[in-house]
Amino acid sequence: MATTTTAARTKVPPRRRQVGTAGVLFIAPFMALFLLLFLAPLGYAAYLSLFQEKLIGGSTFVGLDNYTTALKDPQLLKGIGRVALFFVIQVPVMLLLALCFALALDSGLLRLARVIRLGIFVPYAVPSVIATLMWGYLYGPDFGPFAQISHDLHLPAPHFLSGSWMLGSLANIVTWEFVGYNMIILYAALRTIPGELYEAAAMDGAGAWRIAWSIKLPALRPALTLTLLFSVIGSFQLFNEPSLLMKVAPDVIDSSYTANLYAYSVAFISQQTNYAATVSFILGLVIVIVSYAFLLTANRRRTA
Amino acid sequence: MTTVTPTAPTPSEAKQSPAEAGSKRRSSARRRSTPLTIAMLAVLAYFLLPLFWLLIASTKSTQDLFNSFGLWFSHAPQLLSNIEATFTQDDGVYGRWLLNTVLYAGVSALGAALLAAAAGYGFAKYRFRGHGAAFNLVLGAIMIPTTALAIPTYLLFAKAGLVNTPWAVILPSLISPFGLYLMRIYAEDAVPDSLIEAARMDGAGEFRIFTTIALRLLAPGLVTVVLFTLVATWNNYFLPLIMLNDPNLYPITVGLSSWAAQAQNGGAGASSDMLALVVTGSLISIIPLVLAFLLLQRYWQSGLATGGVKQ
Repeated sequence: MATTTTAARTKVPPRRRQVGTAGVLFIAPFMALFLLLFLAPLGYAAYLSLFQEKLIGGSTFVGLDNYTTALKDPQLLKGIGRVALFFVIQVPVMLLLALCFALALDSGLLRLARVIRLGIFVPYAVPSVIATLMWGYLYGPDFGPFAQISHDLHLPAPHFLSGSWMLGSLANIVTWEFVGYNMIILYAALRTIPGELYEAAAMDGAGAWRIAWSIKLPALRPALTLTLLFSVIGSFQLFNEPSLLMKVAPDVIDSSYTANLYAYSVAFISQQTNYAATVSFILGLVIVIVSYAFLLTANRRRTA
Repeated sequence: MTTVTPTAPTPSEAKQSPAEAGSKRRSSARRRSTPLTIAMLAVLAYFLLPLFWLLIASTKSTQDLFNSFGLWFSHAPQLLSNIEATFTQDDGVYGRWLLNTVLYAGVSALGAALLAAAAGYGFAKYRFRGHGAAFNLVLGAIMIPTTALAIPTYLLFAKAGLVNTPWAVILPSLISPFGLYLMRIYAEDAVPDSLIEAARMDGAGEFRIFTTIALRLLAPGLVTVVLFTLVATWNNYFLPLIMLNDPNLYPITVGLSSWAAQAQNGGAGASSDMLALVVTGSLISIIPLVLAFLLLQRYWQSGLATGGVKQ
């Protein structure tokens, strides 16, 4: 092997160029579609957001007018505020649970570990539409088992679908769907920590908690950053769960309950194309800013 | 950062010989913790509860759904007739939805994985002008939410006359920035440079090296990307919801939610049988993906380890 590589190195110059071209050819199909399906819609949204449809005169350039309207739009702000609240509460709970489960699985203290691991992961393979339908029925006051059990015990049934419970009920569905997915990412990262590290720590007299804190958690940082990033993106574009529960509880969830529901209703119900583009653009921007903020703090902490 | 060799399966995933696994179990048997196991079984019960409910509910008529206890069978289980009714309702549109889903998700997942594999390999093994800039551009796109893109994409597709065709759902699903990221770091470790050099010496072209050597080494990473894009497109609701308005083109998610809306509007529910169909249809539709994950778990779990460890 060594001889072939040195032989190759002697005639590199003409090859190198050819090889570089091949690299471009490998990425070309992806990049072409990426430009068409990622950058073009983004650019188009940015373009549309600068115009307004007027009754007289058709489409007119209005500069940043749509943005000033959007930033003062109480429905959009309410939607963004609600998903931000959802994010602040649901994501830490979900990631903490995922972390606990991953550490428990990795500890080697569990019986039936394989079954437990797959069982917790299974909800990820269930479409969120179906997850929401199932939980919607489970929450239901008519034939939901929780209501049935409370009824049999002559207790007041919990109002999962009422205004004060709804955000929690949604958080429960999202947590149910994604804890397992996050757990698997963290667990997979834990499995790659070399065993010698544990042995060395044990020699130094470190207990299980100390090992978890000083070895496992630092090693999990990239994986945790990744799960956090996906959670930011997921929470801020919350749509499926509230839009389906809206049909069960129309007086609790309105068309601007989350920012994404609002974008949808502006685009497809009130058909304000330009404003819908503005709202999507702002929503995308919010997500990118929040994600960047998290990545920056994660990186700073690592280098510090 | 810790480096992993993806080709070496992680300890738990490695196919151990039975003897090996046995001795490992014996040596650690005394350390197993019963309280922790019980706590985790309680956790498991929470995750399986809705699925258990769904299984029970699929055996019931709409009337029994209302009149019997949710977590146990009614007096007259009728799973088979529910399944039959699901597939015959509205001229068998449910079967069509399933086929559509398989088509959309299958084509999208395979296409996305191949595109990501080729590009990931290209980024991992070649250097060219704009290499870093192009990769960072894609990496930044991981943060762009697909639903924020969906409305502008819809507006563009409407101009191009693509709305309400299968392409409207498949095309946007072909690009997976996270898949590309995963394939790049996977290819860096899984395809040794020396092997590529050796193949070049033997006169193989770059494309041939990729298809005959690299793709094989990339298989576990590829399975991971296929599975996760498969789930993403199989479960996608927002995109097909806005792109399609012909019920014959619906995937299962949009179709079932339209049935669920009908069942909701049916008022008391007991009069129409729609609710039982929604429940049975939900059960049938989750079986394929759950099976895929169970059968392929060895591959995707080791493939995922790469993405979570490196950065």
